[in-house]
Amino acid sequence: MSRATSSLPRSAAAHAILILYTIIALFPVLVVVMNSFKARNAIFRAPLMPPTTTTFDTVGYTTVMAQGDFLLYFGNSLTVTVVSLFLVLLFGAMAAFALSEYRFRGNTLTGLYLALGIMIPIRLGTVAILQLMVASGLVNTLTALILVYTAQGLPLAIFILSEFMRTVSDDLKNAGRIDGLSEYRIFFRLVLPLVRPAMATVAVFTMIPIWNDLWFPLILAPSESTKTVTLGAQIFLGQFVTNWNAVLAALSLAILPVLVLYFIFSRQLIRGITSGAVK
Amino acid sequence: MGSLSLQQIRKSFGATDVLKGIDLEVGDGEFCVFVGPSGCGKSTLLRIIAGLEDTSSGAVMIDGTRVENTAPAQRGIAMVFQSYALYPHLNVRDNMALGLKQAKTPSAVIDSQIAKASAMLSLEPYLKRRPAELSGGQRQRVAIGRAVVRDPKLFLFDEPLSNLDAALRVNTRLEIARLHRELSATMIYVTHDQVEAMTLADRIVVMNGGVIEQVGAPMELYNAPANLFVAGFIGSPKMNFIDGARLGESAKTIGVRPEHIAVNGTEGTWRGTVVHAEHLGADTNLYLDTEKAGLITVRLFGEYAAAPGEELFATPDPARVYRFGEDGKRVG
Repeated sequence: MSRATSSLPRSAAAHAILILYTIIALFPVLVVVMNSFKARNAIFRAPLMPPTTTTFDTVGYTTVMAQGDFLLYFGNSLTVTVVSLFLVLLFGAMAAFALSEYRFRGNTLTGLYLALGIMIPIRLGTVAILQLMVASGLVNTLTALILVYTAQGLPLAIFILSEFMRTVSDDLKNAGRIDGLSEYRIFFRLVLPLVRPAMATVAVFTMIPIWNDLWFPLILAPSESTKTVTLGAQIFLGQFVTNWNAVLAALSLAILPVLVLYFIFSRQLIRGITSGAVK
Repeated sequence: MGSLSLQQIRKSFGATDVLKGIDLEVGDGEFCVFVGPSGCGKSTLLRIIAGLEDTSSGAVMIDGTRVENTAPAQRGIAMVFQSYALYPHLNVRDNMALGLKQAKTPSAVIDSQIAKASAMLSLEPYLKRRPAELSGGQRQRVAIGRAVVRDPKLFLFDEPLSNLDAALRVNTRLEIARLHRELSATMIYVTHDQVEAMTLADRIVVMNGGVIEQVGAPMELYNAPANLFVAGFIGSPKMNFIDGARLGESAKTIGVRPEHIAVNGTEGTWRGTVVHAEHLGADTNLYLDTEKAGLITVRLFGEYAAAPGEELFATPDPARVYRFGEDGKRVG
């Protein structure tokens, strides 16, 4: 075997660092999942031990399921995340296409203005957003959350996608124009498939903060029918007593849908490299 | 049918003038090549003809109709790009059919057009393949096929051979020449390669810095260049330019093509030493450092044994010496 491009110590070191990082990153998740399957006593007595036959208990999950509304919370979270994600990707890609493809007065300024949102956290505007939602009667609706999350996700999406759109061959778009395709078809049929890896990246970056957010659901949509999973899990966190079994179980369950979405996009990430016909 | 007329085309990007008033008439069935160094505006001019770029001022007429406000798809043109620009998600057949489908052509006509074009370019075995499954040369043939099926008034080629390797370039060049003969269509071809220009063109348009330097048949440009730029651009190796004063001539610059200089070991006009020799088999290029004319290039046909350091005499053919005035225009 030839070893011109790799050396054992170097790849061993690289792997050691990566494995260490994986352990650090996965450790809290593992503790949560592990303890969600344990009885209350065992959680406190030996929090780092995996569940054994004596300590194994699914009381957390039964509590969560018995709560009844949890399926609704999941549905809410999923609706908000998927719809926001769709809107962010659609509008983000369209804005990025316009910024990278067309020369117009104020192009750079518009780009900068849209990128400003990356630097200024949207939570600074919470009071104004709440007033806006009250005035427009959108408080305690999923629409309010979707609108806020779409606004929150757009800056980064536009920033990343416009960089990628610049790399799509001009010749290809021009060939489409000569063949009589509309600008919309050029965008949807020619450009979007070629920036699919970037879309997947943006999707992952956008999706996770939305799914995990507690702030806006708490302020804009705390009603029973519009609660999201993260907010729903709060009912088990009392001021004096906390039902840890239920909290941990709820959090463990909350990981699942986002994990599924992540796998969908990461497959796209790998498969999306299909720019073969254009050098 | 398929004439093109450009009148006073100007194009500026911000403060930069890319085209500074281009006038050109291309007749029906003509093969016209725009050639020039990079940044001379030839590609911009082609994109203006295609309608992919707006003019700042001036008129573009295809078949006597002004088309500045016509969309590219309605101009009756087809374009072949340097990077092929095939649709990656469509197979070869659909790549060729897309433009016709957009134009609402009956499917029977589409089928016959594709059959004709793929026979002409021997693309039949590949019709079901995706562009990613084709080699570079095949992709460029598909791109040409996509242009042919549209049966356009004007074919536009934007450096179509630049991405191909040397052997394929020659083959595809022959293919394009054959296509021109068979279709007798009007073709506009942009290239920076003077060999492509000389071999393909009925007429060459030499551009530099946003203006047309000279328009003419290939041999006309070679034998009667209008100015220093054309003289230096057409011909390889490049024409030797010698300061007129050094040779006691009244003209500002004297030009002699390397192939119009004879060498001799014993006597001649300019005495010099060989600095470097390139042996190509069919020809030999010698770089001579001469006392009177400075560093000159000499192209000899066939093999010629000469080594660096050797002393030789060079004699220009007096009938093929060009003289250029102060303004760079040829005076004799």
